[in-house]
Amino acid sequence: MLEFSQQIINGLTLGSIYALIAIGYTMVYGIIGMINFAHGEIYMISAYIGLITITALTVQFGVENVPLILLFTLAVSILITSAYGWTIERVAYRPLRGSPRLIPLISAIGMSIFLQNYVQIGQGARDLSMQPLISGGWRFGPEDGFQVYLSYMQVLIAVVTVIFMTALTLFIARSRLGRACRACSQDLTMTNLLGIDTNRVISLTFVLGAALAAVAGVLISLYIGKINPFIGFEAGIKAFTAAVLGGIGSIPGAMLGGVILGLAESFASAYLLTEYKDVVAFSLLVLVLLFRPTGLLGKPEIEKV
Amino acid sequence: MPRHLSEAALVALLAGLLTVPILGIQIQVEGINVSLEGEPWPVVLAMVAVFVARLLQIPLKAISSLVHITHRLSLPTHLPKAYFLGLLALAIIAAAIWPFTASRGSVDIATLALIYVMLGLGLNVVVGFAGLLDLGYVAFYAVGAYGYALLSMHFGLSFWECLPLCVIMAAMTGCLLGFPVLRLRGDYLAIVTLGFGEIIRLLLNNLDELTGGPDGIGNIPKPTLFGLEFARRPSIEGGTTFHQFFGLDYSGADTVIFLYLVALVMTLFILYVINRLIRMPVGRAWEALREDEIACRSLGLNPTTIKLSAFGFGASTAGFAGAFFAARQGFINPESFTFIESAIVLAIVVLGGMGSQIGVILAAIALTALPEMARQFAEYRMLIFGLVLVLMMIWRPQGLLPATRPRLELPVRKEGPS
Repeated sequence: MLEFSQQIINGLTLGSIYALIAIGYTMVYGIIGMINFAHGEIYMISAYIGLITITALTVQFGVENVPLILLFTLAVSILITSAYGWTIERVAYRPLRGSPRLIPLISAIGMSIFLQNYVQIGQGARDLSMQPLISGGWRFGPEDGFQVYLSYMQVLIAVVTVIFMTALTLFIARSRLGRACRACSQDLTMTNLLGIDTNRVISLTFVLGAALAAVAGVLISLYIGKINPFIGFEAGIKAFTAAVLGGIGSIPGAMLGGVILGLAESFASAYLLTEYKDVVAFSLLVLVLLFRPTGLLGKPEIEKV
Repeated sequence: MPRHLSEAALVALLAGLLTVPILGIQIQVEGINVSLEGEPWPVVLAMVAVFVARLLQIPLKAISSLVHITHRLSLPTHLPKAYFLGLLALAIIAAAIWPFTASRGSVDIATLALIYVMLGLGLNVVVGFAGLLDLGYVAFYAVGAYGYALLSMHFGLSFWECLPLCVIMAAMTGCLLGFPVLRLRGDYLAIVTLGFGEIIRLLLNNLDELTGGPDGIGNIPKPTLFGLEFARRPSIEGGTTFHQFFGLDYSGADTVIFLYLVALVMTLFILYVINRLIRMPVGRAWEALREDEIACRSLGLNPTTIKLSAFGFGASTAGFAGAFFAARQGFINPESFTFIESAIVLAIVVLGGMGSQIGVILAAIALTALPEMARQFAEYRMLIFGLVLVLMMIWRPQGLLPATRPRLELPVRKEGPS
């Protein structure tokens, strides 16, 4: 039972990260119907930016106030990563608006390869690791038996994720731009006819997605403390799996899907074999697409002739 | 003009903001000490490059609209048949004689290029003809390669015995995967195949007893010429090698040339099969399905069977090429079957022009030969590769040599990629 709750804690932590990334996929897909293959790379870039900012603050400037470091790093990372998201949309996807579905997907694959190698040239291909900023945690359970470990970092991840998710949900539900977003995902042409600058809404979607991926990137570089230019690819596919699992196009679905995927992976590595946790994640993707392509919370898509 | 200048300056500034943390600051790790090191030159270079590119965008657009005619440029397809066959025969003879005059290194690269030609032709059937985006193509390549390696290791079968078996195995894997997933729409299919490719790679990495795990399988025998080995000494007692049989001196170049010729024959075989297939009802159905699935269905064609045949055929071609790859390398491990390999083959198909076989062949040769020629830029190879994919999609989504096929269209059409 204790080990079970440990896996739930680990799974929820991992799931929060997946959910944050998955929102970027689901929002873009919901509005322009394309898989933003380069989204995982955005997350990877934000992890690098986070690591650099933290190093700059702690080593170069000697700041020791942890909440200050955290807030500043998040702000810098969100700012620059959003700029990446905006630029990628402008450069690689906007000129392709209205072309057949495969064209933007191939462009996105090209963008993903480009970004991966760009970071590799800039920062090297090796693993970068950092000293944990926040260490320690709580232990529960008997002194001599299996103890459940809940680290402060895991709590932080959960809290930050909940804050950003709530903010996003409120933004989408309450604000004017959020309403425009929802309108665009229902009918892009019609929204445009009604006088909403859809290009701006699409840009906003990319910026929001990138900002949440930035949060995920900073959190993961604090949590795992080890990054390389290739982490984006795997995290990207898994977050996409989460988005599909919850029903692509649905924001609550992405959150739910992320958590389910995180739990599944954490249980798979605990009760099966650690090497097979990725196999479990991908198999889950294949199975969901086969038996419920609309996902858990998605609406069925009607094919119009 | 000043407006363009200020716009370009703004874009350059944005480029500066984006590149500073990645290119401008480097993390130095020494032991447990982490420090940052500034390096302004790459950032300045990137900003200048973006500035110039932005300024050149307008004149470039003007030029490209002037040479609009090249959009329709493609190889003449209305050559008389005899003339065409003569040209083809000449090209084949030239390709067969060439290795005897070229250096050993370039023949080796050409062999690699031929492997990519085979893969490209196979994927072209799936993506170009049937319009199914397969991002896990490398999985079938891996099935072929591991199939040959394992069959020869455990059962001592020769390359030529394994080849058909590998093709069958890859085709069966393709059908097994294809049967459930082909109902899915285009981009879902792409992601499922991508996931499947990753599953295969992870399995190869982790099933240590069967596949040797990350270490892979070594000592894979090379193909033989009717039982004649290409080696200094026969590997089996009492066997004859090629140079002994013909009374020649042993030369390592013989092996390389032989492998090239085998690859050439295999490529020609695939080309022949595909060209027969696309003239058969099933090939016509592939193209019809790509153009309009609903129309196809209402004409009584079964989309699942047709897709499955294209998918299975593409998979078997990859298995074919994979078996040869294993034999050529003599050593395989899961590193050769990563997603990037699938992306390269996809790029070959896209750059060549989906559905255009001559374009795919030229693109495969270009994509393998160019990186070898520009070795000093090896670090930037994949960077440029990614950039080219994006730019191609923007400027020429139909590929360098788009397939031309007879079509009837209304004369007035909205401008845009077809």
